[in-house]
Amino acid sequence: MKYSIFSLASEALLGHGGWQPVWRDAAPKANYDVVIIGGGGHGLATAYYLAKEHGLTNVAVLEKGWIGSGNAGRNTTIIRSNYLLPQNIRFYEWSMKLWEGLERDLNYNTMVSQRGVVNLYHSDAQRDAFARRGNAMRLNGVDAELLDRAQVRAMLPFLDYDNARFPIHGALLQRRGGTARHDAVVWGYARAADQRGVDIIQNCEVTGLTIRDGRITGVETTRGDIRAQKVGLAVAGSTSLLTSMAGLRMPIEAHVIQAFVTEGIKPAIDCVMTFGAGHFYISQSDKGGLVFGGDVDGYNTYAQRGNLPTVEDIIEGGVALWPGLGRLRVLRHWGGLLDMSMDGSPIIDRTPIAGLYLNAGWNYGGFKATPASGWCFAYTIARGEPHALNSAFRLDRFAAGNVIDEKGVGAQPNLH
Amino acid sequence: MRIFCPYCGERGNEEFSYLGDASPVRPDPAAANAAEKFADYVYLRDNPRGPLRELWYHAAGCHSWLVVTRDTFTHEISRVEFARDVAAARNPAAEVGG
Repeated sequence: MKYSIFSLASEALLGHGGWQPVWRDAAPKANYDVVIIGGGGHGLATAYYLAKEHGLTNVAVLEKGWIGSGNAGRNTTIIRSNYLLPQNIRFYEWSMKLWEGLERDLNYNTMVSQRGVVNLYHSDAQRDAFARRGNAMRLNGVDAELLDRAQVRAMLPFLDYDNARFPIHGALLQRRGGTARHDAVVWGYARAADQRGVDIIQNCEVTGLTIRDGRITGVETTRGDIRAQKVGLAVAGSTSLLTSMAGLRMPIEAHVIQAFVTEGIKPAIDCVMTFGAGHFYISQSDKGGLVFGGDVDGYNTYAQRGNLPTVEDIIEGGVALWPGLGRLRVLRHWGGLLDMSMDGSPIIDRTPIAGLYLNAGWNYGGFKATPASGWCFAYTIARGEPHALNSAFRLDRFAAGNVIDEKGVGAQPNLH
Repeated sequence: MRIFCPYCGERGNEEFSYLGDASPVRPDPAAANAAEKFADYVYLRDNPRGPLRELWYHAAGCHSWLVVTRDTFTHEISRVEFARDVAAARNPAAEVGG
């Protein structure tokens, strides 16, 4: 069913009895050209672009839970391309361009809202650093504006501008940044991939990788063995668990990041805002809840929950910036697992195992990358070599010394 | 999560800072394959789900470096040792500073 104003109007008139499930609940076949492990946004986008851009439709996406149950449903929905390093800027800007056309492309309302991303700065030195980042963005064709204090105050009048320790001096603004509806992104990609013939197989956990003579020939799952010419891993958070089945160690540690949502209030903040003196970011959902988060907890973990000291630290940062937040109640908070890579940048590449491809290392920034990650990973799998956009995101860049360390903190994953 | 420090007793994890996996050992820089070994040492990790020996520093306490054996899925801590003792056991010939 193609969605349009006419399908919506006719269903409204007919009592909404005609809506159909938007993807088939497929059972695994014995053999596929490509098997993608991981039914999150990245895996589903990869399957969609394999079918759309490369004509590969004998494709399965294997998901151990259900679609949208992992990090796709645990992020804070922010999209942006305000990076400093050229390898990251061009990749994330391609993602932003795909976001801008995504709803038409998928025929699905992913609720992309380009409400602007405001990064506050609090000192002269930080203004210089943000001006440099803004200039790097503009040199790469990305929009960026440096705002002074008065301009920020006009947008966000309720902040503590004269905080004794961290007064607000201004902000770097990317107007094209914003948010998208995370669930709709996975559902939209799942529906569009399914319509092109991709099998989306839920409740199917991969328990082993079948490798013969250095080449992958298939996967073992809780729903039986599946043969495949090529296998792509898109399981950020659990990458090391899967690659260890192939004997590969990764430049990755698993960490947890927490996110929070408050009770719903009237429209208060019409952009995404980040604190420059601590790690705190916030936006408002369409239901009115304030969605916010901050740093990772900082220790290796596979538990999808965090600890209270981090909760305290994040909320202290938020209240220092926006004192009125202290009057709100937090309704929910949760944790999601991250692949924290050794340089804070992702990996989209081949592996030493022929036919096994890797999409990993998304740190805490995978959501915004979803369209370009799928697009580049599909290209890499279909052609057997990276596209120019992901040619820097190599697995061997660490040993070769070509790290992409956006924050400049070195091989210490919990600091990125 | 609370960590039992052998000097200070059980303390909240906010008193500690985390370095990571305690198992990588600095390779011999004079070895023929030193570049490859250093790349492994600096960048590659087992990253297991389950027991992991890891380095914690009791920054807001006694300033000891500890090797904590902790399950990365349940957060259960089964053992805490002084990093100094672990290093001395690994290389008894070398003098380990306090």
